[in-house]
Amino acid sequence: MTVNNLADLLNAKIVNLADGERELSTGYCGDFLSFVMGKAPADCAWFTVMSNVNVCAVATLADCGAVVLCEGVTPDDALVEKVRLQDVNMLMTDYDAYTAATLTAGRFK
Amino acid sequence: MSADCLRQEYVVSGNNFASAGSASEEVKSTLKKLGVSSADIRRVAIAMYEGEINMVIHAGGGVATVDIYLDRIEIVLADKGKGIENVELAMTPGWSTAPEDIRALGFGAGMGLPNMKKYTDKFEIESEVGVGTTVKMTIYFH
Repeated sequence: MTVNNLADLLNAKIVNLADGERELSTGYCGDFLSFVMGKAPADCAWFTVMSNVNVCAVATLADCGAVVLCEGVTPDDALVEKVRLQDVNMLMTDYDAYTAATLTAGRFK
Repeated sequence: MSADCLRQEYVVSGNNFASAGSASEEVKSTLKKLGVSSADIRRVAIAMYEGEINMVIHAGGGVATVDIYLDRIEIVLADKGKGIENVELAMTPGWSTAPEDIRALGFGAGMGLPNMKKYTDKFEIESEVGVGTTVKMTIYFH
């Protein structure tokens, strides 16, 4: 599943689309940043409600394929600016993380 | 430091979460240019970012010295913060002294030091209360 496919599946709004054709490995749900860095696999879709600027650093350094902000959470201005600068894929969805995960389960390669 | 090593030094400023991670991002970009595998870069980036964040949260900043060799990277994170009373306890997953406002940002889960150990091939930590903490990490390239 690509980032574009994920966006369609979740009726997501685009915050930043750096590479819509990037292939996603799996999903990961979590909000504590060190749990994400410790456990989220490379190229994953990361489902979270965290929306501060550090989310971009974590996504970049842990090599996440896309960040999905759940529950209608909107990113702060600093985060929007940084994901554009760092070429991080970021989507927004109204679904909660559990629902987003169930909708995408089994669709990753 | 020897001639076959590329040294970079970064000052990590304290209490600035917006710029935290910039040293790790620069190292990541350097390793990418040098052709290091993305799996190894990921290990380096995560371990170093956790270290940067620790210095920002607990030590009012510090200095990161990064030596890149052909087969490995050595990272030394040194701060003059308040130090760690019980290093063994601090290494326990989930153990944290981060204040509530830091946790609200998504940090302070008590996984920083365990993550640094997990992603590195060699991990040493020395700390003295009132003097500071030094972390040395080595990651070999595959």
